[in-house]
Amino acid sequence: MVVAVFVKTAFILFVVIGVLAPIITWVERKQSALMQNRIGANRASVAGMTFIGLLHPAADVIKLLVKEDVVPAGANRVLHLLAPVMAAVPAIIAFAVIPFGGSYHFGETTIELVVANLDWGLLYIFAIGSLAAYGPILAGWASNSGWSFLGSLRASAQMLSYEVTLGFSVVGVFMVFQTLRLTDMAIAQDTTFRAFAFVEGLFGLTLPASLGWISALRLPNWGIFLQPLAFVLFLTAIMAENKRPPFDTPEGESEIVAGYHTEYSGMRFGLFYMSEFIGVVVIAGLITTIFFGGWSVPYLSQEMIIAGVGHFFGVGFATGFCMLVHFVSFMLKLAAMIWLQMALRWTLPRFRYDQVMNLCWKILLPLSLANILVTGAVILALEGAA
Amino acid sequence: MNFPTLLFYTFALLVVAGAVGTIANIRNTVAAAMSLVLTMVSLAGIYVLLGAHMIAVFQIMVYGGAIVVLFLFAVMLHGDEHEELPPGRMRLVKAASVLVAICVMAGLVRALVGFPELPAAPVGFGRARQVGIALYSDYVLLVEMVSQVLLAAIVGALVLAKRKID
Repeated sequence: MVVAVFVKTAFILFVVIGVLAPIITWVERKQSALMQNRIGANRASVAGMTFIGLLHPAADVIKLLVKEDVVPAGANRVLHLLAPVMAAVPAIIAFAVIPFGGSYHFGETTIELVVANLDWGLLYIFAIGSLAAYGPILAGWASNSGWSFLGSLRASAQMLSYEVTLGFSVVGVFMVFQTLRLTDMAIAQDTTFRAFAFVEGLFGLTLPASLGWISALRLPNWGIFLQPLAFVLFLTAIMAENKRPPFDTPEGESEIVAGYHTEYSGMRFGLFYMSEFIGVVVIAGLITTIFFGGWSVPYLSQEMIIAGVGHFFGVGFATGFCMLVHFVSFMLKLAAMIWLQMALRWTLPRFRYDQVMNLCWKILLPLSLANILVTGAVILALEGAA
Repeated sequence: MNFPTLLFYTFALLVVAGAVGTIANIRNTVAAAMSLVLTMVSLAGIYVLLGAHMIAVFQIMVYGGAIVVLFLFAVMLHGDEHEELPPGRMRLVKAASVLVAICVMAGLVRALVGFPELPAAPVGFGRARQVGIALYSDYVLLVEMVSQVLLAAIVGALVLAKRKID
């Protein structure tokens, strides 16, 4: 039991920090180069070979590690050293509750591909996210610099504001899946539903037999089909929480140099940088789990895969095979969501600070409340019709 | 000593350390606030050990996160210069705080000495579903009343802030 937790933790840390984070820094450079019609990221080389820029992450790490670690004069030394850690730790431990596979029975033993299968998994993410604000706040305050200070003021206001919308935007999802446990949410999405049943239940409409294929059309039971507005709200709010463009006003370099991490160098700056990239992976994992069915394969539920493959190769092999398929499915969706965030990051220019705040309080928050109201009304109406 | 007991004493130590840090950092308001965060988060750890998961989560979200962040926000906007009370008043305040601390301590000791062993909490106690059902059935009137108070506070804050701007 304890050993399994350690193995899974080590595996997640290896995949997220050891594999995904460096690759994302490379993807970010390559994708921006593609989108801006440049060649990009081709200077780091070993013996004249550049490996399409894949050496750059390694070059980054070496550079950051050997750079001088400067603590500015007049800074609060303890808080200045503590701030990057406070930024990086929440980003890393958030992955504990995201399932990267379902649960599989091998005879007596059951393997669950999640580190901590918490009853309140999604709330854990919010609790950890509310602690993430301390990194930038402390960094700006402890640096004893005007630019840092302005950056940290912006960061604290922005993160506090978007936390409210973030919480409200997924209440509709709780209501649909009736759970806060992320593993149960993924299992609930491992089925399909008849899309037209909504119209029949709400308006009492039935289609003529010639249009039977529309009424028989089945969609995967994914969050994005059941709660499309919640997906847009959640994606916007959580990208603002991660402070990456177009929401990077806390570090807007055209106005306040580099914002809250102006006075950081070396690996301590690297920790801020890394926490944002790990944030991208965590966001991708969350969106995959809540809105895109997690590890599930559309139209092929776990029972179908195990029964189908088990028919030829035996149940034990089929279960292992299913585990592998689900993990690959999760990683593919994760990669797609990372790509989506990168594409948004290189498409949209930075919002002005007042636009960021107006968007949150005047548009996203009312919409998220309306989404809760409509979801509740629809659930009540469908229960009444059934 | 088993693992939960070890965790309990670790968290208890951190709670006390954070509380001491909050008082000791009288010249550095931000450091005091961060000590308060340590206390709040460690307290949440103890709640988890007790099985009160929802309270633990809200402890971190509301106290560890939102409230102290707001507090830091205020400190940043106003600076943390503090005004000393005149010496006479200061002595009075100190004497009153010592008195209150002794009373609270005495009350706690009195309540805890000879406290009967309680039965274990029922299965599912303190989980999201149970707390939600309790809030919206038995305590729905209280929930509505508290929400009215909060609404009044929000409107009041807006009125005060707007008067300053005008």
